[in-house]
Amino acid sequence: MKSLLNVVLLLLLAATATAKDIKMLNVSYDPTREFYQQYNSAFAKYWQAKTGDNVAVDMSNGGSGKQALAVINGLEADVVTLALAYDIDAISQQAKLLPADWQKRLPDNSTPYTSTIVFLVRKGNPKHIKDWDDVVKSGISVVTPNPKTSGGARWAFLAAYAYALETYGHDDAKARDFIAKLYKNVPVLDSGARGSTITFAQRGVGDVLLAWENEAQLAIKEAGGEKFDIVTPPLSILAEPPVAVVDANARRHGTLEVAQAYLEHLYSDEGQDLAVKNFYRPRNEKIAAKYAGQFAQLKLVTVDKEFGSWQKAQQTFFADGGVFDQIYER
Amino acid sequence: MRFSNQRKVLPGFRFTLGYTLLYLGLIVLIPLAATFAKTAELSWGQFWHAVASPDAVSAFRLSFGISLMAALVNLVFGLLVAWVLVRYQFWGRRLMDALVDLPFALPTAVAGISLTAIYAQNGWVGRWFAPFGIQIFYTSLGIFVALTFIGLPFVVRTVQPVLEDFDIEIEEAAASLGASRWKTFWRVILPMVMPALLTGFALAFARALGEYGSVVFISSNIPLKTQIIPLLIMNKLNQFDYAGASALAVVMLVVSFVMLFVINYLQWRSSRHNAHS
Repeated sequence: MKSLLNVVLLLLLAATATAKDIKMLNVSYDPTREFYQQYNSAFAKYWQAKTGDNVAVDMSNGGSGKQALAVINGLEADVVTLALAYDIDAISQQAKLLPADWQKRLPDNSTPYTSTIVFLVRKGNPKHIKDWDDVVKSGISVVTPNPKTSGGARWAFLAAYAYALETYGHDDAKARDFIAKLYKNVPVLDSGARGSTITFAQRGVGDVLLAWENEAQLAIKEAGGEKFDIVTPPLSILAEPPVAVVDANARRHGTLEVAQAYLEHLYSDEGQDLAVKNFYRPRNEKIAAKYAGQFAQLKLVTVDKEFGSWQKAQQTFFADGGVFDQIYER
Repeated sequence: MRFSNQRKVLPGFRFTLGYTLLYLGLIVLIPLAATFAKTAELSWGQFWHAVASPDAVSAFRLSFGISLMAALVNLVFGLLVAWVLVRYQFWGRRLMDALVDLPFALPTAVAGISLTAIYAQNGWVGRWFAPFGIQIFYTSLGIFVALTFIGLPFVVRTVQPVLEDFDIEIEEAAASLGASRWKTFWRVILPMVMPALLTGFALAFARALGEYGSVVFISSNIPLKTQIIPLLIMNKLNQFDYAGASALAVVMLVVSFVMLFVINYLQWRSSRHNAHS
């Protein structure tokens, strides 16, 4: 009996000696909370089957800009999964934790799933909001966060601007008038996407919420389909929330390989499936075809094509004295 | 240094002073110095651009203006609350006394969310104002409500002990010497509580200036209208503009310091005045 116990103990020891316990930190933005909870346990199973190692991924969620700032200031993220490329660029430029060409290292602009900006309206759409030009009509109250602090709000701003450019023959002055009219209709600028969703859903403020598609779906699910409808405009923006390994941190932690695999697995059928279940649009065509009914068809413009790049868009629209500031200074 | 030569009941002047200096240095001075160091990266032109831009000027006006108003209201009503709590015995006094500390203990974000819920157009209080076209949440009035809420305990808690020590016979003496009620209050009571009142006012004011958590929920945060300075600082940090953010912080620090200095001076003068009379 005693020898049996010894054998078991020895086996246990051997098992722990070969199977490593790996800890990783994923620093992400607000609406990914539910998705990564599910993905992390799926990836842990996949990684254990493949290598025998146990990997536990901790999450940190918050506003995208704030999260990037935390990583720059020394939060030991192994991977970042943020709302927009500009925030990861900032980590690359300010803290030099990953190379400038990070977005070329993974397929599809380093974005395994996408989303877009849609309208969340009161049940039955009493104000008949169908397209962007309905949003700027006088008397319509619009809820959207501050683009200076919220990634989602920046996508919403650019979606509206892209609509105006496409509608008014790429006339910048007219597009600026359009965007100014839109923000005149905004009674409150929350600092993040969740804040705005609460303002719209719980406080009863506004006729329309400019929301991440996945956030809007979640709000509908939580209200039991009773209180809100989603209106997908004919044109919106292809929102690409990118992911990246933070090389310098991962190298120091010895997690480079598993961090890389963690992000690559997001492109696998399993990862894409989970993304769809959390209302993100998949990149994988096979998975997209499987769930074709779940996502409304619309024309999606990209930041790179419409505005050059995120760096340029940031400078023109959101930097101090940019187009957004000018709206309020006129 | 004359203290160190005398025999004290509890020794250790040097040790405690050393510790105090180290503590203040680590906790207060070094972080503040870092703010100044970061600001020093800017040229004068850039500094001016950061602190004199239209949205910064409007935010400074809003932050200082509303904090001052909220502190003034707390000065008056805090004194009243302290007076009631000290002078009268009534059912539920203990409970009321405990309630005063609530704004201290409550996380400010919770305060902000509950205030917004109550004052929103569909909230308990907000719905009674809405028919008259008065909107409280998402306006500067809402900011004022939040800042008054978080500042209340400061005045009450600084004035209360002074009132408790205050001998009721002094009032009686004033009355028997023919002073009217108003005169008794104005010439006898008020000068005695003045130093404590000013301290409470300064604390409430300083607290309101730095308040972030509750205000961002109840304010609409629209540039040039309802953006407070702490929010503007957060916005700048979100755009990775450290230097711009610390420039705003430095202006805030300097102005606050000057104001606190003036208040402390007034307080010192009024307590000296009391000692002489």
